[in-house]
Amino acid sequence: MIAVGEPGTKEPLSLEELEASAGLRTGRKHVLSILVENKSGVLTRIAGLFARRGFNIDTLTVGPTDDDQISRVTLTVDGALHPIDQVTKQLHKLINVLKIRDLEPGDTVTRELALFKISADGAQRGELMQIAEIFRGKVVDVTKRSVIIEVTGTTEKIEAFEGMVRPFGLIEMMRTGEIAISRGRSET
Amino acid sequence: MRAVDAVMECLKAEGVDVVFGLPGGANLPTYDAFVNGGIRHILVRHEAGGGHAAQGYAKATGKVGVAFATSGPGATNLITPICDAMMDSVPVVFITGQVRTELLGTDGFQEADTIGITIPIVKHSFMIQDPKEIPRAIHEAFYIARSGRPGPVLIDIPQDLSRGEIEYEPVTDVRLPGYQPTMEGNQKQIRQAAKALAAARRPVIYAGGGVVNANASEELVEFATSDRFPVTCTLMGLGAFPAPHEQWLGMLGMHGTRAANYAMDEADLICAVGARFDDRITGKLSEFAPKAKFIHIDVDPAEISKNVPAHIPIVGDAKRVLAKLLIEYRALGVDPARLGAWWERIEGWREKYPLGFQDSTDNEIKPQYMIQALYEATGGEAIVSSDVGQHQMWTAQYYDFPAPRRWINSGGLGTMGFGLPAAMGAAVGCPDRLVCCIAGDGSVQMNAQELATCAQNKIPIKVFIMNNGYLGMVRQWQELFWDGKYSHVDTGEFPDFVKLAEAYGATGMRFEDKTTLVEDMKRAIATDGPVVVDVRVTREENTYPMIPAGKPAREMVG
Repeated sequence: MIAVGEPGTKEPLSLEELEASAGLRTGRKHVLSILVENKSGVLTRIAGLFARRGFNIDTLTVGPTDDDQISRVTLTVDGALHPIDQVTKQLHKLINVLKIRDLEPGDTVTRELALFKISADGAQRGELMQIAEIFRGKVVDVTKRSVIIEVTGTTEKIEAFEGMVRPFGLIEMMRTGEIAISRGRSET
Repeated sequence: MRAVDAVMECLKAEGVDVVFGLPGGANLPTYDAFVNGGIRHILVRHEAGGGHAAQGYAKATGKVGVAFATSGPGATNLITPICDAMMDSVPVVFITGQVRTELLGTDGFQEADTIGITIPIVKHSFMIQDPKEIPRAIHEAFYIARSGRPGPVLIDIPQDLSRGEIEYEPVTDVRLPGYQPTMEGNQKQIRQAAKALAAARRPVIYAGGGVVNANASEELVEFATSDRFPVTCTLMGLGAFPAPHEQWLGMLGMHGTRAANYAMDEADLICAVGARFDDRITGKLSEFAPKAKFIHIDVDPAEISKNVPAHIPIVGDAKRVLAKLLIEYRALGVDPARLGAWWERIEGWREKYPLGFQDSTDNEIKPQYMIQALYEATGGEAIVSSDVGQHQMWTAQYYDFPAPRRWINSGGLGTMGFGLPAAMGAAVGCPDRLVCCIAGDGSVQMNAQELATCAQNKIPIKVFIMNNGYLGMVRQWQELFWDGKYSHVDTGEFPDFVKLAEAYGATGMRFEDKTTLVEDMKRAIATDGPVVVDVRVTREENTYPMIPAGKPAREMVG
């Protein structure tokens, strides 16, 4: 969403043409890619901000960047529940936050890693491995009564895989949350 | 150089002339540096008093206030002032001691996670991890506190690190890549705003504390009077536009004037400057100013469209934006006569609904009259602080503030006990001005201990306690909205404020007669040193007019 008055927007002709643009719910998932100074307490500041403003974080990942002074936080927020412009404006107020990008879904590659521990005796193991193959998953551990399968992909793919294996008896599932990078030459 | 001596050098480089604080184990090294540090330190009796004093100093002078406390309970006692400064955008730097680094996380004696506790209520904070970081942290703290939307910044220094030796070099370049406030305002948007104002038939300027913070009062007056724009201010903005004035509608909001609230309700264009559409202003949000479009000027982009969507948002410093807006507006050559009908409507409200109260027929002092009397006794020229409650609203209604930085109160957080220490800080910052505190009998005891500080340091504040023996505002709400059942609001006649004042080394007085009140107040003001006056007022009097909570402005009562 572009707020009125940002560079690049056309000059509105009359007051009537201006439509108040805040507080709108976009109705979709947003992936926010946030560069922060690598200082102690930064994550607490971000998490605390979300908590006290009543914003719900769906997933959150933190990791280093190619610059050791700077870390990247990738988090997903539901734009149906929260006004994203208010979320990003509040984040911008944190002194340690350097840059925020609300990634456009079409121009972004997102990935998540998930580990599934599924109960599987001999008879079921073959079928599970076939499903794993379809999802390009890897079996990383096998016992007599269970397997662990690693799957990488978009959230949708991981949820689809979960749906497939749940009937076998899903013992445990671990997900990392999404990371995201913008397509093309320019930096995220 | 000792790191603590560098602290003193940094403070002096930032122009600090006074620190309010209280020493303890974890900041002993810093206090050793005060001995020959060349900075005035005022020993308060409770850290909260020191924090509010720093706020009062900052609000009255426009400079950054500074408060010191030790670790643990010293730091937790600062929580209320820190939060208050955050809510009202007051530039204060808080420097707290912390336990030695080897004790961090061990629940050591007087250890509290000060940084963790305060994260939600600071603009920013620094945990010192190496003595070398101290000078840069202090300068960055001052820069962050005073720039953009001002606010509190905290620096937590572990005791062992403050004992370190460092090579001190003055820091002149503050680089904060993640912090670059937008000051100038988008020229195209400003032009749009000017055009919208020129086209408006029922405009209102709604100014808040941001105008005071930006020292933009002159620009506001110049812009408002370049046409006949009606002006109203929030509680925090009082004084930004001089009262009384023919274009002044009075304060708006829950206890604002009908003229101001009705004008907002019928306006076709509202120009908000440094104000944040708080719930005490809007009442029922969905029915707030239903006919209006909004121009919103604020230095904090997150305030714009937070509560009320703005049609023309302008992110920038109020002083600079208003100056540019004036130029754009003048260039349009608008005829002020177009606002004739609007002013007729406003004049109608002014005549029909002036602020007023039923005065007593005997010698009884009505609380509203008490404020009028103080206005008369001070010629309207005092700096006035207040606590929170009925007396605060009556002061806002009946004391016409002619200039900014004269009205010092806790608006956002609504902190009882704010007024007395804030007056103390204001008096230290402005020694040539008369500083009065209108206190509530409930509120004043929450920081009455600072009377000792005032007496010891000869800080001549004049405290007028509006004594009705009740937690008055709560009593009013119980009367109006809880079927008149009073629950724990009667404070009786305790303590004896005259004796209390004398015990603290201040002068105590008691006024009970309306007919001599102005003269009595002049006598109190003329008395040297701190003075506490117990003014006995009508016990049960309600603050009117009033927009009941959650109701629209049209449904004002009283």
